[in-house]
Amino acid sequence: MSSNPNTIFNRPESLSDNITHYCPGCTHGVIHRLVAESLDELGLRERAVGVAPVGCSVLIYNYFNCDFMEAAHGRAPALATGFKRTRPDMIVFTYQGDGDLASIGMGEIVHAANRGEKFTTIFVNNAIYGMTGGQMAPTTMPLQKTSTSPAGRDVEKAGFPIRMAELLATLKTPSFIARGAVHTPMHIVQTKKLIKKAFRLQSENKCFSMVEVLSTCPTNWGIDPNKSLQWLTDNMQPYYPLGIYKDPEKTNGEDS
Amino acid sequence: MAKKLMKGNEALGEAAIAAGALNYFAYPITPQSEVAEYLCWRLPQIGGNFVQAESEVAVGNMLFGAAATGKRVFTTSSSPGISLMQEAISYMAGAHLPVVLINIMRGGPGLGGILPAQSDYFQAVKGGGHGDYRLVVLAPASVQEAVDLMIESFDIAERYLTPVMIVADGMIGQMMESVEFPKKYRQQNDPSNSDWALTGAKGRTARIVKSLFLDGKKLEDNCLKLEAKYVEIRKNEVKYELYKVSNKNKILITAFGTMARICQTAIDELEEEKISVGLMRPISLYPFPEKEMFKEANKPNILAILDIEMSTGQMVEDVERVTKSVKPIEFFGHTGGIVPTPEEVKDKVYEILKKFKKDKKKS
Repeated sequence: MSSNPNTIFNRPESLSDNITHYCPGCTHGVIHRLVAESLDELGLRERAVGVAPVGCSVLIYNYFNCDFMEAAHGRAPALATGFKRTRPDMIVFTYQGDGDLASIGMGEIVHAANRGEKFTTIFVNNAIYGMTGGQMAPTTMPLQKTSTSPAGRDVEKAGFPIRMAELLATLKTPSFIARGAVHTPMHIVQTKKLIKKAFRLQSENKCFSMVEVLSTCPTNWGIDPNKSLQWLTDNMQPYYPLGIYKDPEKTNGEDS
Repeated sequence: MAKKLMKGNEALGEAAIAAGALNYFAYPITPQSEVAEYLCWRLPQIGGNFVQAESEVAVGNMLFGAAATGKRVFTTSSSPGISLMQEAISYMAGAHLPVVLINIMRGGPGLGGILPAQSDYFQAVKGGGHGDYRLVVLAPASVQEAVDLMIESFDIAERYLTPVMIVADGMIGQMMESVEFPKKYRQQNDPSNSDWALTGAKGRTARIVKSLFLDGKKLEDNCLKLEAKYVEIRKNEVKYELYKVSNKNKILITAFGTMARICQTAIDELEEEKISVGLMRPISLYPFPEKEMFKEANKPNILAILDIEMSTGQMVEDVERVTKSVKPIEFFGHTGGIVPTPEEVKDKVYEILKKFKKDKKKS
């Protein structure tokens, strides 16, 4: 990193200088950066271990400058549990997509959250399976067309999209559960705060933390990157409200 | 330490502690739940970790994560649970992680039953999970041997950076025998100087523990790296025991685990009847004692080989393979939790000898 005192913007130390494989308009790159900035600012990089998912961000370890392990589809929370229990002094995070976390890995994330495992999950929800080519996800919107729901998601047969943040917030075990988005600069700044808080709570050995991030997939949604941002606002945001769903530092309400 | 009377399952748990393995992840399943019931209070006493996972799928993957720390980690389960762990076993083999897994085998397939069996031989020795990998597979025949192998298995896992599986039938898990532990327990290992464990990228480049290689050549390289380890394992880690093997033997029995002990009783009784039978007991099922078994089978005094298992015949395929069928091979077994008796073993020996007498008369 540059030590030039005039430098006002740079690549976070927690990111490598590899070029990502993500499609044009994909927001994974933004979310990677928010995670990396949080690790840098909290001084956690040198004891951080990430767990890569299966999905578009399967190669995330190439883009970060911290130790990483690669999980099977959906199992990242189990790897994170095993690692964190054995090395409670380390900072552990999983980075998972919606097919990984809300479908094949539903059991692992619910039980890790319920045990109160002290790691952080970044959950990227773009309402579709990206890497396998645009199939229906558990978070796909009603009537949204995908390669396995060409007539649109039929809620009679596929049910309604799963709201993971709300679902995990029902658990009695204390945790930090929030949902942000990265489709506008304002939302990016807000989401950064959520991610940083999640890592801070972990570094204080407080609780399990998950930040869900609404994301776009122009390639598999079949719309251009700009229209994708609008599509997220119009379709996803009303169904997936942004905000903090559970916070161990809030003393009022049900979680007190 | 003085000898203790202990149930096999509990002794296995204590043996792991003696080996300095303090990180245990498990899910209850008969007939091995006593291991978790023992370690859930024993491990916290000495600063260890026990997590009761939500499923064996999660157990396998918790092992993966825990093993990446470089510390000693293990699990115990029984057949259907081991089936659920196959995903993680394949990933851990591919990622070169040292872990120890115990399968206290019960009858299958499917939910099967809870009685002792040896019918997971194929699963343990021939794969189970997907891809080009092997497990080191060890089969104890007594509680003491289970303890000794448990301690040694962590060294083997670390020497080759590979998962090691101990397969014992439900009988070894459930029976009580006198057992001795090492006088001095190993300290939990400190992986801070490890050249592969994930210890944080402080003052070094970031490390990745993975089994993903999208480039065909790189994946082949990883498989060849695995195969090179298996070559060394086949060279160095073969274990077996011979019982009453002599040049007077007419028949060589092959059996492993509890079944081998029952065969020893039959062999002792046959000896009193002046019928000489020897036993070759593979202790390492992988690596299989290939040359050694061929040598024993090829001896001129051996008329036939009798393989006895608590299954419908699984190891017998390896017996056929490695002896190149130089002698006739007979099989006898029971499965589903029914254990062949010494009388049944003896009857099978009589039957084979009778057949040879008849053949001799004919010729």
